[in-house]
Amino acid sequence: MENLNALTSDAIETIAQAQDIPGLEQLRVQYLGKKGSLTDLLKGLGKLQPEDRPSAGAAINAAKVQVQEALDARKATLSSEATASQQLAEAVDVTLPGRRQSAGGVHPVTRTLQRIETIFTSAGFDVVEGPEIEDDYHNFEALNIPAHHPARAMHDTFYFDSGLLLRTHTSTVQVRVMENGEAPFRFICPGRVYRCDSDLTHTPMFHQVEGMLVDEHASMADLKGLLVEFLQVFFEADLEVRFRPSYFPFTEPSAEMDVQCVTCKGEGCRVCSNTGWLEVGGCGMVHPNVLRSSNIDPEKFTGFAFGMGVDRLAMLRYQINDLRLMFDNDLRFLRQFNEG
Amino acid sequence: MQFSEKWLREWVDPDIDTDTLVAQLTMGGLEVDSVSSAAADFSGVIIAEVQSVAAHPDADKLRVCQLSNGKEVIQVVCGAANVASGQKVAYAEVGAILGKDFKIKKARLRGVESFGMICSAEELGLAESSEGIMVLSDEAQPGLNIRDYLSLDDHLIEVDLTPNRGDCLSIAGIAREVGVFNNISVSPLEIKDVPATNNETFPISLDSVENCPRYLGRIIRNIDQNAESPLWLQEKLRRSGLKCIDPVVDVTNYVLMELGQPMHAFDFDKLEDGIRVRLANKGEKLTLLDGKEVELSPETLVIADESKSLAVAGIMGGLDSSVQAYTKHIFLESAFFNPLSIAGKARFYGLQTDAAHRFERGVDFNLPRIAMERATRLLLDIVGGDAGPVIEAVEALPAVKAVSLRVTRITRMLGITLDAERVETILTGLGLGIIEKDAESWTFSVPSWRFDIAIEEDLVEELARIYGYDNLPVTEPMSRFSLKPQQEAKVGLPVIRERLTALGYQEVITYSFVDSKLETLLGASEADLLPLANPISQDMSVMRTSLWSGLLATLQHNYRRQQSRVRIFESGLVFNNKNSEIEQKPKVASLVWGSQIPEQWSRQAENVDFFDIKGDVESILALSLQSGTYSFVADVHPALQKGQSARIIRAGVTIGWIGALAANVQQKIDISGKIYLMELDLQSLEAAKLPVYHELSRYPSVRRDLAIVVDSNQEAGVIEERIKQEAGELLKEMLIFDVYQGQNIQKTKKSLALGLTFQHPSRTLTDEEINSIIDNCIKVLEAQFNAELRM
Repeated sequence: MENLNALTSDAIETIAQAQDIPGLEQLRVQYLGKKGSLTDLLKGLGKLQPEDRPSAGAAINAAKVQVQEALDARKATLSSEATASQQLAEAVDVTLPGRRQSAGGVHPVTRTLQRIETIFTSAGFDVVEGPEIEDDYHNFEALNIPAHHPARAMHDTFYFDSGLLLRTHTSTVQVRVMENGEAPFRFICPGRVYRCDSDLTHTPMFHQVEGMLVDEHASMADLKGLLVEFLQVFFEADLEVRFRPSYFPFTEPSAEMDVQCVTCKGEGCRVCSNTGWLEVGGCGMVHPNVLRSSNIDPEKFTGFAFGMGVDRLAMLRYQINDLRLMFDNDLRFLRQFNEG
Repeated sequence: MQFSEKWLREWVDPDIDTDTLVAQLTMGGLEVDSVSSAAADFSGVIIAEVQSVAAHPDADKLRVCQLSNGKEVIQVVCGAANVASGQKVAYAEVGAILGKDFKIKKARLRGVESFGMICSAEELGLAESSEGIMVLSDEAQPGLNIRDYLSLDDHLIEVDLTPNRGDCLSIAGIAREVGVFNNISVSPLEIKDVPATNNETFPISLDSVENCPRYLGRIIRNIDQNAESPLWLQEKLRRSGLKCIDPVVDVTNYVLMELGQPMHAFDFDKLEDGIRVRLANKGEKLTLLDGKEVELSPETLVIADESKSLAVAGIMGGLDSSVQAYTKHIFLESAFFNPLSIAGKARFYGLQTDAAHRFERGVDFNLPRIAMERATRLLLDIVGGDAGPVIEAVEALPAVKAVSLRVTRITRMLGITLDAERVETILTGLGLGIIEKDAESWTFSVPSWRFDIAIEEDLVEELARIYGYDNLPVTEPMSRFSLKPQQEAKVGLPVIRERLTALGYQEVITYSFVDSKLETLLGASEADLLPLANPISQDMSVMRTSLWSGLLATLQHNYRRQQSRVRIFESGLVFNNKNSEIEQKPKVASLVWGSQIPEQWSRQAENVDFFDIKGDVESILALSLQSGTYSFVADVHPALQKGQSARIIRAGVTIGWIGALAANVQQKIDISGKIYLMELDLQSLEAAKLPVYHELSRYPSVRRDLAIVVDSNQEAGVIEERIKQEAGELLKEMLIFDVYQGQNIQKTKKSLALGLTFQHPSRTLTDEEINSIIDNCIKVLEAQFNAELRM
């Protein structure tokens, strides 16, 4: 059996020297294969004395196990080395930027409008849009602003030669909704509006969202409740809101609403001209003439309406200090809202 | 309107400070725009009397004055030409502080000692500029502090009144409001009739009663136009933001500010035979006070005499009949003009006057007589003269309005209950009268100065205003709980926007009015354009007929700011004048320019081409789950390059365009590198399919590739359609994976490599089946497209 010992130790040594998996496989065949040297020894057991056979058999089997273990161990080493070298070869610099199309994004006004729409639709309001070129009736007459009414001077209107005009507010859509539907109503109308005015704080086109709720029981207290809640939800802050009497021909009573300055929280700063308040829109109880001109009985239904400047809300929300940036469409400005 | 706080407090003086008063006005609906001091912040200036004036020994322009402060005599050297012995002046003592860091010290002027300074109005911040020193009235008491004497510790309050509150365009009007805010009484001015000292009258005819139902006049003879308005009156006018002109104008302005009645004075010598209030005659011309000649429209109400028009009623007087320095006799006018007759007229003539501003908002029709007496008194006190009797023509004044108010309406609209006493206190405080009342309601009469109160809601607003909007409760509106229809199979703007931003597009918002030249260049015909009658500027003069002009302008803006690649989109209405029907259609459009992807370390950046933007469009069309309903058809468009432009068609209708910007347009906007554009009609994109599940085949698919050579101008899309038709249902997918022109291919030919994938839903396809389909396809390709198979 000296032969067995020599063979085993020789096999283990040779296996340990194997450099790759195919070489290792050859060694397995050489030692443990059908014609392998250890297999041959087993085949030679028959030539021994019967009493010697069990011990010799056991010794050979033990040697086979040893060789198999050596093979397995070497295989594990070799394959982990192979993986390691593959990994090394394929390693990348993970700090290099990824490969992609640039990311686009929506305009801050759209972002703001989407936010406003989400807030109001969550309370069951519809979103309605309408034409931007309007007639005098929908922009003025139906809203209780007859010709030569001094309130028309508050709307620097763009006209066409035909007498049509660019809507000066999205209240026009309210009229259209009421004409074509049945009370109760609950909707907002976002969109572009136009006034013939251009300076540091005015652009000839801007965005408004107007809203209306007409129901059997809608009061000024409800109006306050809805708008206070809206402003607090929009700005995600527990801001104070105040209502001041104002005048719009299509609401009675009418109010102007101011929100506590979002920048200084009412302490007074440049944004609020040191007043602590920011004007954000107008509102009021729908004038009975407006209801009547849409065939709604003001004795049965009351309603309220409100309007806010979307561009202004966007500026306040995102701390944009120059209105003109809104329509310059400088990509360096626009990309600040989506990181490119 | 600007007014002096002290003047207001002469009428009503609540025990509150300026800040509280200002807050009250704002919260009461009379929005305060600004509050400023009535005078500069100075101290140490007192009244002194000039006792003597002597020439300076060494300077022609200086004078040596001896002043008395009531106790002692002080020497002051003065440079003003108008200083004279006997004057009462504003004297800044040694130690006085005028403005920041300007302390008055003892000085020596060309060798003569001077103890202080005689001040001009400008130096005290009482005038923008002034010539010479300020001369005070004779009654001024030497020694008295000038701040006290002129009540300079006063504030100028500027209110921005809404157009419904014409009644607050006066001290009297504001005082009435402040009285109600504080629940205190207002001390009205005691105005007594001024007895006539002659009995001269002048005929007045009202030819247009509905426009002018009341007109009062009065002749005042022998006035002294050399007189000067007293300082107190000048100061009140100054603090109201009005300039002092001459005593007659100053007095009418004063009454305007105090009571709110615009008045006018004519030079009586210029009037012939009587006043006639009438509409202008066609073609009639009048030169106004500001020197401009206007041609009067026939709807314009004028004040005329028997031979000519004298003034545009309620707006501006004429130059010829105006009061001048030489005027001896005046005819004073105080009238009521119907707001509707004045409204819009001033703007029509390009005028903006205090009178028009008030008359078009409505002036109390019972005010003209009171104002007339007030003005007469002031005039007689200042310029002297003999007043005749008040001449009045009056017919058909507006009826006093009666408005009823129900208790239930207050609660329903405001969400509060007010007790009857409170309602009555508020409304009667505002001048309304109770005509009738019972437990559930009232009927109120509306005062003649409130043109804005006509219906119940107006009374509710008055109650809310005085009660305080901030004191109204805050409740949550009752909501009907109903779920809204949500159409799922619809491609709306939000998903398109989302898709485009995911594709790397940045949204822009551009003006809806654009340059007509660019519009025309992009293919709009003159007839389609909708020009604004009053554009802001030439480059914003017509409505956009497509979104491309805005996108191109945005590209240009960013190109000039060193951007090297631009991917932008916009959505919005475009406007077309179609056979005089105005079409307003929502569209979405995009523009790409520059490299396909941002410059990157691992990949050579190639510039975009037609197929980049087409891919993006396909990605949008795919939102419908009905890409097959769309087709791209080569066609020409004035804005696009021929050979690289296509119409996008759905159900036989053009729903958009795609292509490279035409060279002639590109030259105009001066940008190098190709620009690709697309525009789609949003409504046409809406129709979509609801996804419906199809059984997945468990059997293998088989792919066969074909390479064919066809004429180079043969459209691949047509071949694709034909093969799909031929291959039938078993063809699951077809792609064109190579297009090649060059070596080994004839110049007029191109090679297309097609990949066809077949699969059967319920069994494995045999080679024979597929071969037979492929053979058929090849036959069709050969026959219809003259295709050669490449091996």
